[in-house]
Amino acid sequence: MLRNLIGVLFDGVAYGSLLFVISIGLSVTMGLMNFVNLAHGAFAMLGGYACVVLMTHAGVPFLATLPVAFVVAAVAGIVLERTLYQRLYKASHLDQVMFSIGLVFMAVAALTYFFGPSQQPVRMPDFLRGQVQVLGIGLGAYRLFLIAVVAVIMVVLHLLLVRTRFGAQVRASVDNAVASAGLGINVNRVFGVTFALGSGLAGLGGGLGIDVLGLDPTFPLKYMVYFLLVVAIGGAGTIKGGLVAAMILGIADVAGKYYVPEIGSFIIYFLMVVLMIAFPAGLYGRKA
Amino acid sequence: MARESVAEAIGKAADAAAPATPRLPTDRWRATEVAFWLVVVVAFFVFPQHRVLASQILITALFALSLDLILGYAGIVSLGHAAFFGMGAYTAGLLAVHGWGEPITGLFVAAIAGAITGFATSFLVVRGSDLARLMVTLGIGLMLFEAANQLPSITGGADGLSGVSMWKVLGVFSFDLTGTTAYVYSAVVLFLLFVVARRVVASPFGLSLRGVRENVKRMPAIGAPVTKRLIAVYTLSAAMAGVAGGLLAQTTQFVGLDVFGFPRSADLMIMLVLGGAGRLYGGVLGAAVFMVAHHFLSGLNPIYWQFWLGLLLVVVVLFARGGILGALEVLRERRRGAKP
Repeated sequence: MLRNLIGVLFDGVAYGSLLFVISIGLSVTMGLMNFVNLAHGAFAMLGGYACVVLMTHAGVPFLATLPVAFVVAAVAGIVLERTLYQRLYKASHLDQVMFSIGLVFMAVAALTYFFGPSQQPVRMPDFLRGQVQVLGIGLGAYRLFLIAVVAVIMVVLHLLLVRTRFGAQVRASVDNAVASAGLGINVNRVFGVTFALGSGLAGLGGGLGIDVLGLDPTFPLKYMVYFLLVVAIGGAGTIKGGLVAAMILGIADVAGKYYVPEIGSFIIYFLMVVLMIAFPAGLYGRKA
Repeated sequence: MARESVAEAIGKAADAAAPATPRLPTDRWRATEVAFWLVVVVAFFVFPQHRVLASQILITALFALSLDLILGYAGIVSLGHAAFFGMGAYTAGLLAVHGWGEPITGLFVAAIAGAITGFATSFLVVRGSDLARLMVTLGIGLMLFEAANQLPSITGGADGLSGVSMWKVLGVFSFDLTGTTAYVYSAVVLFLLFVVARRVVASPFGLSLRGVRENVKRMPAIGAPVTKRLIAVYTLSAAMAGVAGGLLAQTTQFVGLDVFGFPRSADLMIMLVLGGAGRLYGGVLGAAVFMVAHHFLSGLNPIYWQFWLGLLLVVVVLFARGGILGALEVLRERRRGAKP
């Protein structure tokens, strides 16, 4: 019973870590530009496909494909941001929703066209398979790896935002874009770089998540709710909020599917509505 | 949604559909409007072989009209409007399965089911930011979908609700395979509810909704109870969506799980934006264009359809805000400007 509980918690934390990596970019860009971007999952999917293509067609080892996933998604992010997203920062939320749903549809259709509608098979390297015994409890090796990677990413992100000049500019722009621009910060450039970084992290998360979330062209639609939830529950523009929300969601989802499988995804939607009502601006969000 | 740019304000003032000093309470029917409804009548005779598809278009148009009330007029972005459509569909369907196949009372009950669901959830929706509304509406829709999925003893689950047998409309016209009754029945219901919606948006109540959309902070200052107004229009919209769902259940004599599905809500929003939100006719026109295109294009290849739909959305948002009707208005304004 206790072992079950620990196992569920562990899987939940691993799942939550993954959600965190993918969604954190969305949270920061939403806090920065107040842009409702439903297409964020498409960048994650792009990273995932980059990994699969490199592994199956070029024989690149899994770990080496992850940086590529980051770069591919980041480049796609910056190109789209400079050409399209930028025009819609001042548009209504409805326009932003429609625009990003349009992007998702195009991404889904394009990837179905090139790779087919089926799940992409992926073979993890041997040292990430099987279980590791920790204090007599078998923990999935891949999930341990996942948590470790995410912990590293979080520390790097934290240092980047708290200790660097760029981080200070991002924080200033999130707080008040107009005043920051008045102080000589190139807010426009901060937007672009942050968007690229966020998309890159999503791509990395997509690559990391192939084994856990699966990968097929409907990925952005299937997990859209989860990514949005991390932002909505955590509060846009906060890393801490995103982390807490991702962990809550990850654990609740895994625990719900393990203990009460008959009500399926019901629990996560219920949690979402309850949390949104209790915290309309998110757990750590500022009052809008 | 704060739309405060000067250019838009001027555009609005010049807009014939929303005059700066609205005439209350009787708006006359313009010639283009009469022509529009004549098209609905003419279509019945010109495309007798497409009456089934056409009746579906009319039902979807009613559904889009209901979304336009909350999205186009009150500015509530909803990604879960299928919740009310589904409630109406299952209510009408279950009534008929359990022995009451009278269509018109069935629609009334469907409307009540939609209204109750709408009223109950409106308290959750009217508060909060756009993002919170998006998530709450999405969550409610998904919850109802899961509920219908997990209660196969009532809803038939993934197999759908079959055995819906309808009585004759008014005791005279039975539903047939050619869709003749379905078309006329749906058209009449759509027209009646359109008149209601048209009257509502032209009333002081409708104007106050537009006020909420334009600036939610200033409305309380002029004495408008924002929350009450939003709850009222949300409930009305949900009732209309319930009627649309009931119509679908009655005319197809089947209810599938997809009535609650997220794609239905998303497609609906696309239709409305495509046609032009906040104009009443936009949703109707958008539904017609969308469904006809879908019918003929997705037959070729469903994947291509999705790609072109996505591209169309991006293009509409970037270059043609206001959709088809918005673009037509811009053209008309230009022509008027060219010959002063």
